[in-house]
Formats: sequence, structure tokens, C-alpha cells
Amino acid sequence: MELTKQNRTGAVIFSDYKRGDAIKKIIKISREDILFELKESKLKGRGGAGFPTSTKWMLTAASKSDQKFLVCNADEGEPGTFKDRVLLIEYPELVFDGMVVGGYTIGAEHGILYLRGEYEYLLKSLQDYLVRMREDNLLGKNILGKAGFNFDISIFLGSGAYVCGEETALIESLEGHRGEPRNRPPYPISTGYLGKPTSVNNVETLCAVAHIVLKGGAWFSKVGTDKSTGSKLFSVSGDCAKPGVYELPWGTKVSELLDLVGAEDTKAVQIGGASGVCIPKSQFNRTFAYEDVATGGSIMIFNESRNMLHVLKNFMEFFVDESCGQCTPCRIGNVKLLEGVEMIENGTYTFAHINKLKDLGKTMQVASKCGLGQSSPNPFISILENFNDEIFNSANGGTDGK
Amino acid sequence: MLVVEKNALSEEIESYINKYGEDRSALLMILHEIQNKHRHISEFAQQEVARLLNIHPVEVYSVISFFAFLNSNPKGRNLVRVCQTISCDIHGKAALVHAIERELGIKVGETTKDNKSTLEYANCLGLCDMGPAMAINDQVFTKLTPEKAVELLSKVK
Repeated sequence: MELTKQNRTGAVIFSDYKRGDAIKKIIKISREDILFELKESKLKGRGGAGFPTSTKWMLTAASKSDQKFLVCNADEGEPGTFKDRVLLIEYPELVFDGMVVGGYTIGAEHGILYLRGEYEYLLKSLQDYLVRMREDNLLGKNILGKAGFNFDISIFLGSGAYVCGEETALIESLEGHRGEPRNRPPYPISTGYLGKPTSVNNVETLCAVAHIVLKGGAWFSKVGTDKSTGSKLFSVSGDCAKPGVYELPWGTKVSELLDLVGAEDTKAVQIGGASGVCIPKSQFNRTFAYEDVATGGSIMIFNESRNMLHVLKNFMEFFVDESCGQCTPCRIGNVKLLEGVEMIENGTYTFAHINKLKDLGKTMQVASKCGLGQSSPNPFISILENFNDEIFNSANGGTDGK
Repeated sequence: MLVVEKNALSEEIESYINKYGEDRSALLMILHEIQNKHRHISEFAQQEVARLLNIHPVEVYSVISFFAFLNSNPKGRNLVRVCQTISCDIHGKAALVHAIERELGIKVGETTKDNKSTLEYANCLGLCDMGPAMAINDQVFTKLTPEKAVELLSKVK
């Protein structure tokens, strides 16, 4: 059965919601009340980094400026992630209402949806949706009759750069520059788009916010675990019977998810996209949570027939392609790691060299300027360590020899 | 480039400036419009954009060279991009690409002689649950077989 809006179920994001509900609620309450509910919900950013949303908005709200911006980051480039696509197609009311709530909370009058270029086919319907919101006074001047509550949203189209999902690179490209990440600090909360305080939030975070202001922070934090409250959308692809987007509470076991999506004969699960980690069967009892396996929601499943070296090579080719080239550890490092994978493929490697490359990976994790280079060695290190038998020893019957 | 063509292009770019403003933050949306219409951003177009935004042409070029979807050299009328990322890869990307290469008589990265199509790889199109996926211009197609992909290509003009 194909997943559609009619049969999606979930504790938070996919629960009942009607367009404008959250906006009708917030015009009756103060900014502090919204921040309080968010704090109580313990909502963390859903893009992957997991920064507390209430803190981000409190800091942006506290920044003094004549102009502030709220940016919705829909530059969903992580391989294996497509939850934002589903949210934008099926739940635009949540995304846009969440943006209005965010704008109200931080005191921004201008929201920007940064839509990745690959999703250009969604542009028309999203713009039509915004027109309808303006007609109903859910956007524009004095929203729903509340004097001084002005907010409007424009859509900005990306041009095919993975690194622009990084918030400062995103802002650079909004400003008409190459999408190269900036040094942080200063953070966008004080010096963002056009030098003004800017909050950059993931699509899913904003969707959760719309529900939280309506139903309360306590309602949200009841779902999930103590440290990881609420639910998470998982984009599941690869070797399984029912790929698609699933909403599950934090604290769900990897094995439970695999059962749910009809994955059989699973050898490996890549969690968190190409920049995430790859775990073998022995770790399938681990749980999705910030305190165990944190993830932006990309789950790629590989069965016994898949060649893990091929998977790794695909990821490293991706990073070589997408590194912006600004800082050396990432620009050169990814090329070296890919060369290492090719050496293993051709049988021209030495273990000494591979171990050096693992060290290089660890250097990249600390020395790279942004999240791309800091996380691109993850698959290299985790796949070579977790699948070393398959990659290095398979002809000799594994680590123990014949 | 003929003078009349140059004038037409200048007028076109001015209309984009009117639409998006003359601040540098309008640059990417303007480039996007030019790219969509002409399938590339010529040197002359780059100079015009730079002049109207009051920045150096090399700034415009540096932005074009950064983004995968912008290019300064002409490509075919139709841009065919096959997703090469792992979820599409394990579901038969290679067979898809080979079939398209055979049918069009070109390799990935090349343009057909009649200038009809350019074939490229794309990084994750965000359609991992419905792979293998391919984009023809701004339209996407999913769950492709080699046969279906070639059929789709024969329909484009």
C-alpha cells in the first residue's frame, strides 16, 4: 500500500491539524508564552545538529535590530532524505504556519523558504498556497486583525549545492555569493542574512512548532525519551518492501523500524545519510535518540547482496563532488579518502596506508570548517571498521582465518 | 551574437531586475531565470547582469561556477539528469544510464549532435523511496526501467 496523507499516522507531525490553527492561537498569547511552551517541549532542531529550538529563537528574539529574518531550510540534500519533500507536498499548512509562528516569536516580518533546486517542480503549488494564505489574511499586514503583526513569506530557489544546507552557506547564497560556509561565530542569530539576526530552521522543526503551540509543550514531551522528546520523521529507502516517510517516537529501536518497513535479510543500515554512520547487524538493538544514534532522519537499508565497498565509494564520490573547496581538510581529504577506497577496490592498498587515512578522517572531523567536512569521514571510518571482514578478509573466511 | 539578440537579452535581464530588485541578493534568482530560458548563461549575459547589479563580472562568474545547476557553456535543449546516489544506484541506475547512452549515442556529460539532449548525473534528487529516478529539465520521473526512461526521452522535443 502506498503511503499518502490519508493513511499516514504519527504522534506529532502527522496528527490532526487544520491550516491557520496555530496562527489563530498565537495572536491570543505573548511571545514569552510561545518560548515557554517550546522550552517545555525540549524540541531540538530536526535538521540533524539538534540545537534546542527555544534557545535559538530566544537568542534571535533578544537580538536588537530593525529587521530580522526567519529562514526555512528546505535545501534537503542529504542522500536518502526526502521527508521535506513529503511535508511540502502534503503538509504545506504545517510548514508555513510554523514559519508564521517563528516570525512572530523572533520578531521577523520576512520569512524565506529556501527550496532546493531539485524541488523546483513544487514551486508553483507552494506559491499558489501562499497566495491563498494571503487572501485569508494568514500572511501579510495585521495578520488576522492583530495590529502590528506583519509577516510574509517568499520562496528562494537553490541551485544544486549540497553545502547550502549548512546555515551560513545558505545565507551566503541568499545574498548572491558562492555558497561557502562562514566562520562561526558570529552566528546567524545575531549576524545572518544581510547582517541581520536570522533564524534558520529545518522544515520538520517548523512543522513540530505548529503542533506544539497548539497542543502544548507537555503534550509534545510526553512522546519519545527523556532527552529526546517528541517524534522524528524517518526517510526510509534501500532494500525494504515499504520505503517512504515514517513518523516514529524517539527511542525506537533500529530493529523495530526494519520490521515496520518490511526489510529482510538486512546486512547494514546507514543512519543519517551519507554523512552518517553505517551500523552492522550486531548493533540493530540500538535506539534512535540524541543520546544513542542521532539522525536527521535518513535511513538507507542494505541487504546481504550489497557490496559495502561500493556503497562507501558512492558516498565518497558524493562528498568529493559536493565539497565547496574552501577549506583544505575537506577539499583534499575527501579526495584522499576516495583514492583509498579505489585502492581497496583495485587491490593496491596497504593496511598502513588505510590506517593513515582513518587518522586523516579523524583530522578532518576536527579541522574542517563546516559540518560537511566534519562528517564526511563518518562513512569511511564506520564502514571500514564495521565491515572490515567483508572488505579485507572475505576470501580468507573472515578475521579468524579459514 | 547579433546586435538584435544582444538587445533582446539586455531587455530580458532588465525585466528580471525589475522583478527581483537590483540588490546583489537578487543575483541567484536572476541567474536562475536566465539559465531556465537559455539553458546557459553566456558571457554577454554575465556582463549585463554584473552591470545592472553594479558588481564585477567575475563575481557573477564565480557564482555560476559554484552551483551545479548554473553553467556558462551551452548545453542541449533538454537536460537529462540521472540520480547517481546510492538508493537509486542499488535499484538499477547503471542499467538506466547504459540504455540512455546507447539510445542517444552519447556518454554521460555529453550533448547529442542535434543539440536536443545533454545527459548528466545528479546527486540525490530526494526521490530515494521511488528510485531509480531521473529529471528531464524541471520534471522528475520515478521507478524507472531502462525501457521507460528511453520512452520518456523519445517524447521530449
